[in-house]
Amino acid sequence: MERTPGPEGPPSPERTPSPAAPEHPPGSKPRSAVIRDALGVGIAVGLSGFAFGVTASGAGLTVLQACALSLLVFTGASQFALVGALAAGGNPFTAAAGAFFLGTRNAFYGLRLSGLLGYRAAVKPFAAHWVIDETSAVTLAQPDRRSARLGFTVTGLSLYALWNLTTLAGAMGAEALGDTEAWGLDAAGPAVFVALLGPMLKTTAERATAGLGAVLLLVTLPLLPAGAPVLVAALAAPAVLWAEGRRTRTRTGDAPSTTHTGTTDTETADTGTTDIGTTVTGVTDAEKSTREAGAR
Amino acid sequence: MNVWIAIGVTAVGCYLVKYLGLLVPAGALERPLVQRLAALLPVALLAALTAQQTFSDGHHLYLDARVAGVGAAVVALLLRAPFLLVVAVAVAVTAGVRALGG
Repeated sequence: MERTPGPEGPPSPERTPSPAAPEHPPGSKPRSAVIRDALGVGIAVGLSGFAFGVTASGAGLTVLQACALSLLVFTGASQFALVGALAAGGNPFTAAAGAFFLGTRNAFYGLRLSGLLGYRAAVKPFAAHWVIDETSAVTLAQPDRRSARLGFTVTGLSLYALWNLTTLAGAMGAEALGDTEAWGLDAAGPAVFVALLGPMLKTTAERATAGLGAVLLLVTLPLLPAGAPVLVAALAAPAVLWAEGRRTRTRTGDAPSTTHTGTTDTETADTGTTDIGTTVTGVTDAEKSTREAGAR
Repeated sequence: MNVWIAIGVTAVGCYLVKYLGLLVPAGALERPLVQRLAALLPVALLAALTAQQTFSDGHHLYLDARVAGVGAAVVALLLRAPFLLVVAVAVAVTAGVRALGG
C-alpha cells in the first residue's frame, strides 16, 4: 500500500496561499507527482470496496442496497458498521447511529481542508461527498492550493469510481458464491475493523480506549437490545479523556518539562494505509495541543 | 424496508457531517478537547465493532472459526501486511478452519 506523508496539522495561514498566488509557485510540486500519489491511494483503497460488497451481501443486503450505500454514504468504516449492525438485527436508527458517529471524524477533515482547497460556496456541496480519510490524507500533504485541489479531485474521482465498481462486483460475486460463511467471508468485516484500528493504537490513551470499548461491548451485549452495546462502548472515548484530564491536572506543576515534540512522532509514524496516516496525525496533533493546554 | 430506512438515515447523516466540516468557520471546532474526542471516538467504536463481529452473532457471545480468522488478521497486521492482504488472510483462515470442522 502506498506510503503517503501524513498531513502536518491544520492548514496555517502561511501554508495556504491567497487566491492571487502565482499559478506555478517556485516550491510547488509537479502535477504528475501529485497525480501519481493520488492515483496510488485511490486505486489501492478503491479495490477494498470488493470486501465491502461481499460483506454487505453476507449480511443479507441486496446488490442494490450495497451499491446504494457505496454511492450515497461513501465512507468505508461507517458502511461496514451499518451492515454489521443490520446483520445483528438492530433497529434501523440504532444501526445508523453507530455508523453516523464513526462518520463524524469527516467533519474534522473538512475543517482542515476548507482553507487549503478554498472552494466557492457553490462547489462545497459537491466536494463534501468526497471528504473522507484518504482524500484528506492526500490533500493535506500538498504544499499549495493548486496541488491540493488536484490531489483532492484525482483521489476523490479514482476512489469513488473504483469503490463503487468493486462494491458491485463484490456483492454480485458473493451472491453467486451462495453460502458466504462457508467461504469465511463473514470474517471480512471484523478484519477490516482490525486493519483500520491497529495503526491508531499508538499511545496508551488509544489502547485504553480500545480495550475499554471492547470490554463494554462484550459485557453489555447479552443484556441490551441489538445495536445499543456499540453506542454504550463509544462512551469509552469520553471516559478515557476524563481520566486523562484528571491525571494531567494533578501533574500541572511539572507539566512544561513534559511538553513533547509531536512532530517527530508524526513523521516517523508508520502510515500503513493513508486513511490511517491522517488519523494518527490527528491524534498526535490533538494530543500535543491537549498537553500544551494542560501545561498552560 | 428497515434496511432502506437505515441506508437513508446513514446517507443523510454522513453527508451532512462532511458538509458541515467544509462550511463552518475554521476554529469553531478547534478546541483541543473536541479534537481529542473526535480522535478517540473512532478508536472506541472500531474496537467495539471488532469485538462484536468476532465474538458474537449480534445477540449472544460465542466462539467459532471467525476468532481464528481475526486472530490471523492481527498477526498479518503486525507483520505489516497491506490492507487487502489482512482481510484476505482472515477470510482464508476462517474458511480453512470451517472446512476442517472448526
